Amino acid sequence: MKRTSKRFLVDHDIEQIIGWQLRLGVITASVIVGIGGLLYLMQSGRQARPPYHQFLGTAAGFTTLKEILTGMQQGDAKAYVQLGVVILILTPIFRIAFSLVGFVLEKDRLYICITLIVLAVMMISIFGGLKV
Amino acid sequence: MSILAFTLILLAGAYLAGLVGSLTGLGGGVVVIPLLTLVFHIDIRYAIGAALLASIATSSGAASAYVKEGITNIRLGMFLEIATTIGAVIGAFIAVYTPTNTIAILFGAILLFSAAMTIRKKNQEALAVGSKWSVKFKLNSSYPTKDGVVPYQLNHVGAGFSIMTLAGIMSGLLGIGSGALKVLAMDTTMHIPFKVSTTTSNFMIGVTAAASAVVYLQRGYMDPGIAFPVVLGVIGGAFTGAKLLARIDPKLLRYLFCAAISFVAIEMIYNGYHHQF
Repeated sequence: MKRTSKRFLVDHDIEQIIGWQLRLGVITASVIVGIGGLLYLMQSGRQARPPYHQFLGTAAGFTTLKEILTGMQQGDAKAYVQLGVVILILTPIFRIAFSLVGFVLEKDRLYICITLIVLAVMMISIFGGLKV
Repeated sequence: MSILAFTLILLAGAYLAGLVGSLTGLGGGVVVIPLLTLVFHIDIRYAIGAALLASIATSSGAASAYVKEGITNIRLGMFLEIATTIGAVIGAFIAVYTPTNTIAILFGAILLFSAAMTIRKKNQEALAVGSKWSVKFKLNSSYPTKDGVVPYQLNHVGAGFSIMTLAGIMSGLLGIGSGALKVLAMDTTMHIPFKVSTTTSNFMIGVTAAASAVVYLQRGYMDPGIAFPVVLGVIGGAFTGAKLLARIDPKLLRYLFCAAISFVAIEMIYNGYHHQF
């Protein structure tokens, strides 16, 4: 019984931490997207709507971290929005990392392996043969 | 139309999409795609990018509350995320070679299926004895209910895992959470009580969507000018929806919305068939 109650405690703590981390990620991302969006409206709100029926792909820019950081240095509001977008995408990826910590604390080898596999798939999709 | 006017209209539309997605249980992303393509005539690839972001935002927001309540089965979610993330990466790669009209038709079909799934008979029973694999992978657990903590076991782990891979592929290809397929795998195939399956599915949607979102971001599917109003609008709508759900039981509303969404799905299929994407 003691063992199960300890496991419950660790599980419970990790649940609280994951819950808190997910909320923080979404709030941070939305605040940055919101600030960037307001700047974007101030910079170019009066211009005509871009032709979104045509897909530009990577030509539109802000598809790599480098382009985003350069854009931010130049004060381009779109780059700030895109930074918020990146933080939003990173939120669930960080959640996997937090789960990994939880399983390490519980010394649950099977789930440490499973979590590492999921993280590896994520890394493959981030870096696998794509420009970064 | 100026960027300011476009942004404000899109913000209002995304708010409604988030609200409908939350009240029906379909999720915010799935309603965003027809809104952007059919109403705003935006290229479906930009719509997919924005919908993925909406899915990540709403599922992470909701998951943070469910996880704290202890209903979500984190081990089961982690285990099945192997299937959904691999599927999502495959889906995002197939997407390059798939004509946009085919994507629109497939999206319509999945949307019809999802609408039907939300009004299905839900599995309330907890399975007493699970399969060998459910023990091996420590997937059996318990969850809190009004009548105390209820233990449950599960079976058909292999079949559930396979459907999850398919759910991942659809998620990567179409930019949606594919919550309906996830619930089909857990609820109908693995016999998990629906409260656990819906919260665990929601828990997994963020990670599944992020797996393909990183690919799409690098391909230019995510335009800041669309992402900004869509993300904020959908989060706002989902938040209002969650508040409303705590006070009213929207059974009638759910049927009405599901009927409306079925019409939208048919329009997506029709337009895709006539090569309008």
